[in-house]
Amino acid sequence: MRIVVLVKQVPDTSDVRKLDLNTGLLDRDAGEPIVDEINERGLEAALRYKDDNKGTEVVVLSMGPENAIKSIRKALSMGADSGVHIVDDSLAGADALVTSLAISKALERTGYDLVVAGNESTDGNGGIVPAMISERLGIPLLGFLVNMEITEAQVSGERQGDDGTANVHAGLPAIVTVTERFDYARFPNFKGIMTAKRKPVDTVTLAELGVDAAEVSSLDRTEVISAVERPARTAGTKIDDDGTAAATLVEYLATNRLV
Amino acid sequence: MSHVLVLVEISHRGHIADSARGLLALAARLGDPVAVVATREPLADDVVAKLGSLGAAQVYQGRSDAAGTALVAPQVEALAAAVAALSPAAVLVSHSYDGREAAARLAVRTGSGVLVDAVNVRAEDGRIIANGSIWGGNYLVDSATTGMPVITVRPGAVDESAPQASAQVTAESVTVDAATAGVIDSYNDAPEVSERPSLLGAKKVVSGGRGFGSKENFALVEQLADALGAAVGASRAAVDAGYSPQTTQVGQTGVSVSPDLYVALGISGAIQHRAGMQTAKTIVAINKDADAPIFEVADFGIVGDVFTIVPQLVEAIKARSA
Repeated sequence: MRIVVLVKQVPDTSDVRKLDLNTGLLDRDAGEPIVDEINERGLEAALRYKDDNKGTEVVVLSMGPENAIKSIRKALSMGADSGVHIVDDSLAGADALVTSLAISKALERTGYDLVVAGNESTDGNGGIVPAMISERLGIPLLGFLVNMEITEAQVSGERQGDDGTANVHAGLPAIVTVTERFDYARFPNFKGIMTAKRKPVDTVTLAELGVDAAEVSSLDRTEVISAVERPARTAGTKIDDDGTAAATLVEYLATNRLV
Repeated sequence: MSHVLVLVEISHRGHIADSARGLLALAARLGDPVAVVATREPLADDVVAKLGSLGAAQVYQGRSDAAGTALVAPQVEALAAAVAALSPAAVLVSHSYDGREAAARLAVRTGSGVLVDAVNVRAEDGRIIANGSIWGGNYLVDSATTGMPVITVRPGAVDESAPQASAQVTAESVTVDAATAGVIDSYNDAPEVSERPSLLGAKKVVSGGRGFGSKENFALVEQLADALGAAVGASRAAVDAGYSPQTTQVGQTGVSVSPDLYVALGISGAIQHRAGMQTAKTIVAINKDADAPIFEVADFGIVGDVFTIVPQLVEAIKARSA
């Protein structure tokens, strides 16, 4: 069984994140780049299956600038066996159609039984790339899982919905997306950190994936027209409770017609 | 005017999703709204009438035996068939669980750009432009596509309604390739909740944090919410601690809310939480820690103990409305 875990390097959400107002793209220099936490949860689920099923291979796949290798090494130090890194200057600012094409081609090259992605990244919040990959590869998607069971032939779990959950399954090969209901990831141990440096990482360009630059630019159909930064909120009244604060607050709410 | 397609999600119990009203309102602004549905059986008269009252002049029904058992694929096939038949100017879909997956799969089929999580759309110089509010409303971004856009719209973002119409139904059979779809085995419906409003689109929200210390104590949050007629929210810390269900999580990775009133109780206000609530019109915070970052965004802050102040608030609000 080969499980490929998709990993996105994103700016830390506990830092202030910046948008380049000229391009409408993420300012990658603002904020510490880290593995998106949802991907670490996905990796943890894959590693647990590997813990119980010898012969399982866990591959981490990331598309991103050169420094995304840092996130791949982090995943390798946690226990993944190898990495795939899609790096290409023409992918800077790629939209979801382009991103899903590059990742799909890389998945076909690497081979997979199960692909594990996060339900949405913390920087894009789109949650659409995995579904696009499922469409491109012609494999089932079980999205927004709150738990997952993997067997040799299928994957199943509970999918979050608007009015509750649904029990769903799909035969392999398939792609799943995990939600925050999955457990936090393990920490890398010393041995993991030492061996991560020696684990293989396959670095590939678009040309090596059989995608030419003209195809990328014709596919890139989204455009940011303008981006505006909203002024920061300012603090209002702050009072210490001396026993009358509740009454003062109710008056405030009443004045503002909020009660 | 050109057609604008709206994917209307119909639950397995036959309910039209709340998102339909806002999506049809936006579609009516851009062109002639067409409601696209994927169902197994012919549509009941009351469903057709309801879609008309929400503004759909036309209902395009993709009928498939797989509807209800194949995950999302029937909606994708219905949308793809409707796009082929009607050559719409845009496709609008809720940024919901099913909606965004359907939008993404459709976009690959039609080679369309997807504009995600829009809070508004408009037509300008012959283009359709989606406005998004990203990273907790820190940035407002206008974007557009070359060719027909597929736009996902944030649930609860649209207040308006389309003018009523009388819906005409077009039914077409669609085929789902079972090998490429997940299978729905059964549903675990959430219990029908109380009359408390749901978090998405709520006008008032009362949220609690880890400061409550236990699930039992978290009932205070619910009491204040009920007194105000508000929805209940929670910080991630409170959800992780098990005080409140994950569906109530407000923040970066939970729900984003923009109510008229947001009351943060015992919430420190980490940047990830603020990303989910700082576009509220009025923010009230109560916290023991005078240095809690939540006070930096609060219009009215009280430094004090939630266990003392919240019961007093509940009493005072009840006394007013009595």
